[in-house]
Amino acid sequence: MRKQVEQIKAATVLFAGDSGDGSQTIGTQMTETSAIVGNDVATLPDYPAEIKAPAGSLAGVSGFQLHFSSETIHTPGDTCDVLVAMNPAALKVNLHKLKDNGILIVNADNFARKNLRLAGYEENPLEDNTLAKYQVFQVELTRLTRKVLEETDLSFSEQDRCKNFFALGMILWLYNRPMDYTIRWIKTKFGTKSPRYIEPNILALRAGNNYCDMTEQFITSYEVKSAKFAPGKYRNIEGNMSTVLGLVAAAHKSGLQLIYGSYPITPASDILHGLANYRNFGIITMQMEDEIAAVGVAIGAAYSGALGVTGSSGPGLALKSEAINLAMIAELPIVVCNIQRAGPSTGMPTKTEQADLLQMFYGRNGESPVPIVSACRPTDCFNTVYEACRIAVTYRTPVIFLSELYIALGAEPWLIPNVDDLPNIEPNFQSNTNGFEPYQRDNETFARPWALPGTPGLEHRIGGLEKSDITGNVSYDAENHEKMVNIRSEKVQRIANEIPPTEIYGEQEGDLLMLGWGGTFGVIRTVVENRLQEGRSIAHVHLRHLNPLPNDLEEILKRFKTVLIPELNSGHLRQLIRSKYLIDAIGVNKIQGQPFYVYELESKINTYI
Amino acid sequence: MRNKKDPGIPLGVPTLTSNDFKSDQDVRWCPRCGDYSILAQTRRIMPELGIPKENIVFISGIGCSSRFPYYMNTYGFHTIHGRAPTIASGVKMANPDLSVWVITGDGDALSIGGNHFIHLMRRNFDINVLLFNNRIYGLTKGQYSPTSEQGKNTYSSPFGSLEAPFNPISLALAARATFVARSLDTDSTHLKATIKAAFEHKGTSFIEIYQDCYVFNAHAFQLYTDKSTKADNTVRLEHGEPLLFGKDNEQGIQLKNFQPEVTTVTNGTEDLIVHDQYAENTTLANFLARMSDMPEMPHPIGIFRSVQKPCYEDMMVDQIDFAKQKKGEGNIHDLLHAGDTWVVE
Repeated sequence: MRKQVEQIKAATVLFAGDSGDGSQTIGTQMTETSAIVGNDVATLPDYPAEIKAPAGSLAGVSGFQLHFSSETIHTPGDTCDVLVAMNPAALKVNLHKLKDNGILIVNADNFARKNLRLAGYEENPLEDNTLAKYQVFQVELTRLTRKVLEETDLSFSEQDRCKNFFALGMILWLYNRPMDYTIRWIKTKFGTKSPRYIEPNILALRAGNNYCDMTEQFITSYEVKSAKFAPGKYRNIEGNMSTVLGLVAAAHKSGLQLIYGSYPITPASDILHGLANYRNFGIITMQMEDEIAAVGVAIGAAYSGALGVTGSSGPGLALKSEAINLAMIAELPIVVCNIQRAGPSTGMPTKTEQADLLQMFYGRNGESPVPIVSACRPTDCFNTVYEACRIAVTYRTPVIFLSELYIALGAEPWLIPNVDDLPNIEPNFQSNTNGFEPYQRDNETFARPWALPGTPGLEHRIGGLEKSDITGNVSYDAENHEKMVNIRSEKVQRIANEIPPTEIYGEQEGDLLMLGWGGTFGVIRTVVENRLQEGRSIAHVHLRHLNPLPNDLEEILKRFKTVLIPELNSGHLRQLIRSKYLIDAIGVNKIQGQPFYVYELESKINTYI
Repeated sequence: MRNKKDPGIPLGVPTLTSNDFKSDQDVRWCPRCGDYSILAQTRRIMPELGIPKENIVFISGIGCSSRFPYYMNTYGFHTIHGRAPTIASGVKMANPDLSVWVITGDGDALSIGGNHFIHLMRRNFDINVLLFNNRIYGLTKGQYSPTSEQGKNTYSSPFGSLEAPFNPISLALAARATFVARSLDTDSTHLKATIKAAFEHKGTSFIEIYQDCYVFNAHAFQLYTDKSTKADNTVRLEHGEPLLFGKDNEQGIQLKNFQPEVTTVTNGTEDLIVHDQYAENTTLANFLARMSDMPEMPHPIGIFRSVQKPCYEDMMVDQIDFAKQKKGEGNIHDLLHAGDTWVVE
């Protein structure tokens, strides 16, 4: 049988199944391998909040989408070239994402009456016309995996848990990918804890690969060549891991001990898990009794001279707001990570959204200016959380670092930075007792002294009550209060003096400016790139600093006829821009717990260019 | 075993007096408030602790008692309602050499901060907690607190409070506190000695201090403080001693059907309960704690429990040392370059 290899530029693969089917695992493995062989990659995990929703149900479907390319890409892809559906529910939930003539691989063993009913299919879609416009490959994944593993000592249920690697073996064949990286990963993963699973998973992986090679079902495989990257050493990284490393780097560079207080919450828990491994860096993680305690230890740590950090998601931030205000008025450096998810209230914990921005700006009592920075893609979490630490330490203020589920769990190749090139972070602890006053400020930054307990001669008292300028003593004086409110506001505003000039991608002036923040970067950039190729007058500005906004932003916005702000909320940044600059910015808003698709955004902009 | 902590007296520390611990801020509690006495005893005991004052940090929440740090010439942090234990934990973790004191009240520690209070106890940071219990909300002007007696008439309970009060000693014991004591604002000698014992205990030390709020809940503890009544209504806990009380120690407490019972001491004290504050098992401490819920029994004053357990901050330091031994001192370059990497030329 002749097999052929077709060259293609890019592909998108979606793995979907029950939440226990291991779609996330094989999706991650395919991502790692694709990144290592030199593709640009972008991923989107989409999983239910329940650990194991009832098997076969629509609610229990877990998906992992991977876009890999020989060119630079910014999104996990709108639609898919390949859908791997482990059961009817996974098919039902995801079929609309599959391109016409796309490849559909289904586990035919799971299309019995019970699973069809659970998925709401009255007829078996494999037997009627439902799938006519796709290339359907019915594979008996369960039976074949059991067959391969019949000689092993695994029970049937244990054997069935290996079938995801059978499926991965098929996809690796389909895209001419080596199996070595996955095999190495399997060995490490099960290594010392449960070595009896190593061989069966490798057997299943190889069997899936051989299945495609030997059977006549699969004729064509595809090849996606390496993408062009800037020279350097790369690794693949998820947003939360990138955040973890950014925090470790900031602690290293500043010489401060990192103390991370946290309470487990989706999708921020991986930051706690990640940091908890680095005791040998002197990093302390404290899993506290609640969100308030978590920010409390960060504040106490900062008062004692550590880099105090806490992390959570929207509901946790609501609980932390009183304590953040204490850090604000006490002028102590802490970093608060908010890995946003879809709200309000508990909302949709495993879905993405950007609807906490106004909460971060205004969700505290009184006049409470707090600097806010936001990461725009998985790799950008590193630099942005590092910048959050730098601002906190330099200006003695709490800083909010915004990420969001979409980039926190998404992954892409990362050009590993050189730590020596990162900006310095100078704690500048107070030691001079001469004329020491707790609220005497630096002329440039307005930062107050960081005077640590344990330092002789600097004994002083701070707290949440309004304080007198310079001395920091409790004060209810009317004029003093207004003065202090203005000073605290001015201090945050002064951060803008250090923000580098705003980068404008595309035309420097003209018809349409797409202004974004956070995880919408990829989709906006893709749309703008496409339109620029058509010669349109369009540009993209993406904000890292949200409070304060860059000093040059107003002038840039006024160079364009239209400012369009796409956001995964009802228009938070738009409100801020409109009220601050009196610019009639237009919003493109989506609040579905899902990122924008390129086609959605493209359809919105045509009237403006 | 007695719990002793190396006070770590550095040579050459100048001798301090209680005046050295006075800050330049005017004390602003109401006249006749029990807080004055607690402040005075704390300032008096500080020079005896043998540590430089820059190593001492007072951390408080919100309430009358929580103004305390402003009046001590040490490091101080007046934080937010109920959260002092969390901030104190961070302070201690970041610098275990500091002597950390939490000043709190019955509302601050047991109502809004109840969660943090119990978790601080079980983690056993080496932190001292002084809870000023006046059984009322003072700063917000006279509402019932979580230690107010059921049926109490206050501004927020004109028909009587419906809530059963917490017993702070029982609560601390249930939360696995390693040092639990009760003292009185009016008994300066006992209070000073108890504060010192709390300091010397390595681990979380909890002292409930009966404190009179003269404005909103005057004489709440009169039975235990008034000369004419205190002998018959309190019993002093002394390690290794039988439980005796009364003007001439003529009454004792014995165990009958697993219940405490008052008996007159005529033929010796061998049937009486003998206090053991170092008992590993909390049965006796729990039993003594519950006596203050029984109207017919005297209130125990003193140290209920004092046992040695590992402290959170020490175990954390050990974990760090162990990890460094096992994996080597963390190297940032190696960390960033970990996992599968590839080079683009």
